[in-house]
Amino acid sequence: MNRFFARKFVIQGIFIAIAIILLARIFYIQVISDQYFLSANNNVLRKILIYPARGIILDRNEQILVQNEPVYDLMVIPREVQPFDTLLFCSLIGIDKAGFDKRFKKSTNYSPYKASIFEKQLSAQTYAKFQEHLFEYPGFFVQNRTVRRYPDSTAAQFLGYIGEVSEKVIESSNGFYSQGDYIGISGVEKSYEELLRGKRGVQNLMVDALNRPKGHFADGKYDTLAVSGEQMISSLDKELQKFGEKLMKNKIGSIVAIEPSTGEILSFVSSPGYDPNMMVGRQRGNNYMKLLNEPSKPMFIRPTQAEYPPGSIFKVVNALVAQQFGLINPNTTYYCPGGYRYSSRGVMKCTHVHGSVNLERSIKESCNTYYGYTYNLMIDKAGMRPVNAYKRWRGAVSKFGIGDKLGIDLPAERKGMLPTADYYTKIFKSDKWGSSFNISLSIGQGELGITPLQMANVMAIVANRGYYYKPHLIQAIGAKKVIKAEYTKKNDVGIDPKYFGSVINGMSQVVNEPSGTAIYSKINGIEMCGKTGTVQNPHGDDHSVFVAFAPRDNPKIAIAVVVENAGFGSTWSAPIASLMVEKYIRKSITRPKEYLDRLFEANLLPGALLKPKAPVKQKPDTSKKDTVTPKKIKAVSTNSIAVNE
Amino acid sequence: MNNQRSPFFNVDWIVILVFLALCIIGWFNIHAAVYNPEKPSIFNLDTNYGKQLIFIVSALIIGLVILLMDSKFFNTFSPVFYGITLLLLILVLIVGRNVGGNQAWIPIGSFRLQPSEFAKFATCLLLARYLSMNNVKVQDLKTKSICAAIILLPMGLIMLQPDTGSALTFFALIFVLYREGLSGYFLIIGALFIALFVLVLLISKLYLILALVVIGALLIYNYKRNRSFIRVVIVGFLISVAYIFTVDFAYNNILQSHQRNRIDVLLGKVQDLRGEGYNVNQSKIAIGSGGLLGKGYLKGTQTRYDFVPEQSTDFIFCTIGEEWGFVGSFVVIGLYLFLLLRIINIAERQRSSFSRIYGYGVASILFFHFFINIGMTVGLAPVIGIPLPFISYGGSSLWSFTILLFILLKLDSNRMGII
Repeated sequence: MNRFFARKFVIQGIFIAIAIILLARIFYIQVISDQYFLSANNNVLRKILIYPARGIILDRNEQILVQNEPVYDLMVIPREVQPFDTLLFCSLIGIDKAGFDKRFKKSTNYSPYKASIFEKQLSAQTYAKFQEHLFEYPGFFVQNRTVRRYPDSTAAQFLGYIGEVSEKVIESSNGFYSQGDYIGISGVEKSYEELLRGKRGVQNLMVDALNRPKGHFADGKYDTLAVSGEQMISSLDKELQKFGEKLMKNKIGSIVAIEPSTGEILSFVSSPGYDPNMMVGRQRGNNYMKLLNEPSKPMFIRPTQAEYPPGSIFKVVNALVAQQFGLINPNTTYYCPGGYRYSSRGVMKCTHVHGSVNLERSIKESCNTYYGYTYNLMIDKAGMRPVNAYKRWRGAVSKFGIGDKLGIDLPAERKGMLPTADYYTKIFKSDKWGSSFNISLSIGQGELGITPLQMANVMAIVANRGYYYKPHLIQAIGAKKVIKAEYTKKNDVGIDPKYFGSVINGMSQVVNEPSGTAIYSKINGIEMCGKTGTVQNPHGDDHSVFVAFAPRDNPKIAIAVVVENAGFGSTWSAPIASLMVEKYIRKSITRPKEYLDRLFEANLLPGALLKPKAPVKQKPDTSKKDTVTPKKIKAVSTNSIAVNE
Repeated sequence: MNNQRSPFFNVDWIVILVFLALCIIGWFNIHAAVYNPEKPSIFNLDTNYGKQLIFIVSALIIGLVILLMDSKFFNTFSPVFYGITLLLLILVLIVGRNVGGNQAWIPIGSFRLQPSEFAKFATCLLLARYLSMNNVKVQDLKTKSICAAIILLPMGLIMLQPDTGSALTFFALIFVLYREGLSGYFLIIGALFIALFVLVLLISKLYLILALVVIGALLIYNYKRNRSFIRVVIVGFLISVAYIFTVDFAYNNILQSHQRNRIDVLLGKVQDLRGEGYNVNQSKIAIGSGGLLGKGYLKGTQTRYDFVPEQSTDFIFCTIGEEWGFVGSFVVIGLYLFLLLRIINIAERQRSSFSRIYGYGVASILFFHFFINIGMTVGLAPVIGIPLPFISYGGSSLWSFTILLFILLKLDSNRMGII
């Protein structure tokens, strides 16, 4: 003990104070703040996504339409890269030194410690060459992934394509998608995205300070396996589709074929098309821009997006509706003097002087006068105010799937145009208008707009004698071949089956009677029923339309063919349709080679297409003109029947 | 007194238990920090954890030998130890091996001797011997000067290596001088100088001097009757200003850039998470991610996967913090505090002032290592690279701390023998 003994307490006090300060600090960073905990996870945890194989798509005979093919992404971790011979490296993967520097800088900017894509989608050949040298380039490795491959290069617009997700989709996906993921952008790829994409797997890896994997976090407790996307069996018949595409080569237009008993779409040709393989791989961006700038608009999905006034094929609908209303019957006869006088001011001309015409003959010979009278009956003489009668007529027509989307399983279907009564009242400035105001509707012209899909569906209705199933592209989903419930529901159009007899008789005569407008397209041994049509085109040559179904009894196929700028329905559309029908039902063609060659070799592309600014997309004629002028009548009455007689 | 008593009579077993606890905690945490899955056994001699076991066993033998020696030996031979140490410190500058920028090691066979570690107890011994001599009073200027010389000589030689961290350790001996009668003002002034040092680096010199002028003026105004106090204030002011410029000059011209960076990072002047700040940041992340109970033995991801540098030596506390959480940290800090307080009590129960002064020396050195080492892992102290006593990996440091502690235990066991 000495006089400074008390200083012991000062020193011990300092020791205690320091210990408390250290403990307080440690308590703060360990227990109170969670910042360090998060940083630690950030340091050590790496979420590795395992991409599932996208579902493949088959045709109705289970032939492959789309499959997956492996490609190799070259990855780099900049920090682990050691000096090497860049020239050899560049030549192996086909880039130049500047390109190398650019890519390397981009990766380094992203992160020197983390892997990023150095070069996307090396082909199997490039990869094979490169693989032998890979060990010379520490820091580089290859990650494989699959891309879509279309072995037959067919049905591009039907299948659609996939591409990298956009920022917008990433934001709204609640974290499902992230930068660099692929998503269906059009076609079946888009409408069935959620089933096709499968489920991604996750591996939670732990890495050390040099980013080397050190095993699975919590022994893989939080890891999940990737689940492949569902396989799709489409309704498409691949052989029929390829045949249709071949027939439509160098022509603009569509073919839609439906199996009436199911609503399954057998063929979905949009011409011009493109090779779906163009939308895959490293050239995808360039190809996409090329297709987008093509004046013939191959990206435009004509079967569901092009709207045309249906022309004479619409007479079938009017004949059925008028019978259902009890206004005409198969024996109703009108005298055709070569036109229908709808008012003191105007005449809707017919192509010929038909004389006395009954229902059957009106279809076979496509008599405008007959439908002028019939329309007049439905609107002006229905025992109610014409505006209400029009509403009733419109309701009956819309049941055929006209004027609204059919709800096909493809994105961006258009609904077409079936004007409302209010539309005419607005133009007439009162509701006191009558049939003379929109008489062109009687023969399928004027403001009407119908897509090729809707045309084919009308044929499916006639083939079924009064009902249809929703047209669709995917027949069955997954290994269990699930069929969506909505596709097994019968849609009745409200026309009694007994009223179809004379109409179908007329349609059969169109193809099979020597005086029919489509006799050139008769198929020996298969009774096809059809109707020709010519669509007026204010921009150039008229469009050729033909709709049909076959065989007459127990029909297997309903079809609509539109060839733009090709003139009469009987010349181009009807032969194409007849070949498609024969190909599908008989699996072989009995027609002479010249018959086929004429169609294969025909180039019906309009000269205007060579000039980029020419309009290609066909819009329905929705001119606001309120009356059908004589001049217009002349135009709309140009019907294929006239020429063939 | 009976000289035939067992050499373990009166040995402070509690201190030995704490010492053993710390060594074993160190061993297990070194195992976790540098765990090699291919050599999982903690006894594998190819690994650092296997080697540490050898160091611990040999340290125990060293401790035993010390307990068997005559307690007077240390007092008598302290000048010899001191002299040998100085020679070694000079020798290391000539033949030493340069490791990590420091010329601190003398290679002897497969081992490397670090003389600066042994300078610690040699200096403590000589200081104790000098201060315990008759008629030596710390209050005398001559005594102060000799003490300063005893401390500064090895310190200067270590500075030349340059191993600033180890050299700074010797400042801790100011506690010994304080206990022996050095005016409390030295502690206060020392603290003030540290504060001023930090302030110089943080704020502009001009503002700092202006602030000092204001404080000085207020003091003079308050105590205007007290002439001598005014004189003290004015002298203090002048010294402070001189000090400010000295620090500024030293900081910019004498310190090496990595030292400057470490100080900057500590003071938060720069946020350099990739460079100098990386170590401390990763160290804080490792400790901070431990939470209350820790991640469990061998489950610390930050230390095991090499995010923390020097994880088995200077930053061994990260492993403790990460794997054992706040509870583990509390236990370790508690053990150290208990050990330090116990050493002070042991020192105070000595009849001989040599033993007492030496005891304070041991406490001071251990305290400095404990505070600075743990402080630097949590960002409270500059990273000066000194080990955590008994826990950090390394033979030289473990042996020198063992020698330091066991000499005290030997002296203490013989406390009754001194009249």
